[in-house]
Amino acid sequence: MDLEFSKEELAFRDEIRAFVAAKLPAEIREKIDQGQPLSKNDAVHWQKILFEKGWIAPNWPVDLGGTGWSPTQMYIYDDEMGAAGAPPVVPFGLKMVAPVIYTFGTDEQKQRFLPDILASNVWWCQGYSEPGSGSDLASLSTRAVRDGDHYVVNGIKAWTTLAQHADWIFCLVRTDPNAKKQQGISFLLIDMKTPGVTVHPVITMEGDHEVNETHFEDVRVPVANRVGAENQGWTCAKYLLTHERTSVANVGNLKRNLRRLRREAGNVKVGDGVLLEQPTFAKRVAEVEIQITALEFTSLRILSQVARGGAPGAESSLLKVRGTELQQVLTELLLEAAGYESFAFVPEGGKALGAKFAARAAANYFNFRKVTIYGGSSEIQKNIMTKAVLGI
Amino acid sequence: MDFTFNDEQNLLRDSVRKFIEKDYAFESRRQLLKTDLGFSRETWKGFADLGWTALPFSEADGGLGGSAVDTMIVLEEFGRGLVVEPYLPTVVFAGGLLRRASAGLRGKYLPGLINGDLIAAVAYAEPESRFDLSRVSTTAKKDGDGYVLTGKKLAVVAGHAADLLIVSARTSGAVNDRSGITLFAVDAKSAGIERVTYATVDGLRGANLTFTNVKVGADQIVGDAERGLELLESVVDEVLVALGAEATGIMEVMYKSTVAYTKERKQFGVAIASFQVLQHRMVDMFMEYEQFKSLTYMATMAQASARPLAKHAAGLKWLLGRSGRVVAQSAIQNHGGMGMTEELAISHYFKRLTMLDLMLGNGDYHLERYRTLQA
Repeated sequence: MDLEFSKEELAFRDEIRAFVAAKLPAEIREKIDQGQPLSKNDAVHWQKILFEKGWIAPNWPVDLGGTGWSPTQMYIYDDEMGAAGAPPVVPFGLKMVAPVIYTFGTDEQKQRFLPDILASNVWWCQGYSEPGSGSDLASLSTRAVRDGDHYVVNGIKAWTTLAQHADWIFCLVRTDPNAKKQQGISFLLIDMKTPGVTVHPVITMEGDHEVNETHFEDVRVPVANRVGAENQGWTCAKYLLTHERTSVANVGNLKRNLRRLRREAGNVKVGDGVLLEQPTFAKRVAEVEIQITALEFTSLRILSQVARGGAPGAESSLLKVRGTELQQVLTELLLEAAGYESFAFVPEGGKALGAKFAARAAANYFNFRKVTIYGGSSEIQKNIMTKAVLGI
Repeated sequence: MDFTFNDEQNLLRDSVRKFIEKDYAFESRRQLLKTDLGFSRETWKGFADLGWTALPFSEADGGLGGSAVDTMIVLEEFGRGLVVEPYLPTVVFAGGLLRRASAGLRGKYLPGLINGDLIAAVAYAEPESRFDLSRVSTTAKKDGDGYVLTGKKLAVVAGHAADLLIVSARTSGAVNDRSGITLFAVDAKSAGIERVTYATVDGLRGANLTFTNVKVGADQIVGDAERGLELLESVVDEVLVALGAEATGIMEVMYKSTVAYTKERKQFGVAIASFQVLQHRMVDMFMEYEQFKSLTYMATMAQASARPLAKHAAGLKWLLGRSGRVVAQSAIQNHGGMGMTEELAISHYFKRLTMLDLMLGNGDYHLERYRTLQA
């Protein structure tokens, strides 16, 4: 049992910190600090900076552009990036569809799609959920009917994050309506410019345009865009879920937001002192800090298990549930710290009227109610743990 | 001990409820939010015509001589309907202060307020004061027979449309002295008032105000000079009780509509209401709502019978933060993704209930008050 990272690991950590300090554009850092969403240009700009450095896809195989890092180095990288306030990369291309393509795709598909994903030349979105298929994803009904060299796709995908920016979408579609529900699903790559694809904004409660409904009306998709065998799409999708095991806790981000909370609450005047020193508030901040540390060390234990060759189990469910709850607590505390300065509605890209951190404090609290719902709700995660951990 | 309502009160509740069911559909509220004013003057006049703006004022002042119970009934229904018209700031808050003002001020402002012509707002929050009503940097310096006001006020609900502003300003003492604060009734059209107006995150409208040498006559002082804090605090306690009533109405709708939604929404071949985790969560919502409602009733009855209110109001406000959080967060979680949308009403109830916690002091602030107050 040893709490220390090795000398090499520490040097690596310092290298990441120095890189972000030097290369993260000030405007992007400012937006992240104020809880403002990034524009498409911001996101692509930063990703291209990472691409230049060779750090854009640490989890990819080295021969395809990955870094060849150990699980510990991957952990340090995610943690430090989060702690330094670097925006997380848009996951749909780099972290979701690319691993599926390089694991299950043909050589032609790898050559066709992977370089553009790596270089952030092409923006991807995810077509999984449907209005009638949320937690019960396997019940999805977007239909793909074979017609010669094409599939004809009809249906609606819900909650397509940032589809308004997307060039391509990867979809789970039903190719065999007669099979048991998981067995009749295929994995299709669809060009958003294909006739019949339309994007309909869905405004979320904080007023932002983050998600959409994507409609497919007689959309013709070449069979060559199917990844993996027909009716094997669920296997591809499940594979995706086993990826990104430890970073789902977002510990680096949690620590960063905690630091931000301390900083801002240390500036909020209360009487002759500051909010951070008020006993009740200070107590709540300390409690969150302890829990974040517990989550961090849970991540590290899982990490060391994986590093020693252990197979990941249901631990990602634990990390997801607790990590998202703590994310929400931090947004709650920041909103309380903002007090009356949080009242004014400040839209995406809008200017703060008073303290900058307060401008989007309510919006972020509202927006983060989603984190215990998306990516497998807390209820689903607990069902998984009931089976996998409790053996019930 | 009697928890029943009399015929008049039941009639009042029915008329407010009917008005909202008939004329206050969620869609029309959504359209209102897009306007600059953020509410409907016509609807406001309708409230006046129905006598609701007259409720808390004495008959001598042209009112109906109603009690805290009547205010509670109206606000609870307004919470259920998520009404955006400025009843709280105008009738309950400013009205509560005016009720205790001189005959001159009452005669000057109450007729207009009661007949729906006058909107009023109270400007008390300041950038460096957080929730402390006694921390006042806005100054009122003697100027001939009157005063000049200089300072900044934050988060003035209905400050964008108010004709009358009641402003707390310091006539003497250090910035956090309890004495030396005076309340002034200020014509919103006075020279020297700069307004930054905005939509608020919970569907209302507000303003930040900057006063620069705003002239106010000595006859515009509300209550006693130098002792405005006592008056302000006692009326704020009444506003807290009214907020409790609004929150009660919101919680009722949130828990019931969550039950209705989960009965309709199917996943895995069954209504999600059949999952025990969601059932228990909704039962928790119900229990929080019922307890909170009970405490609102208690505080309302204490106010109606002129018992000391401060500790009850503080306790109620603390519970609003806690119960509000449970009910609001549970509602969204049980709605799943749909609960996140702007389209569904549930998220609007969520936002209003969330922000009520910060209004006039959050749970932590009032818990500390409760702890230090004598019964």
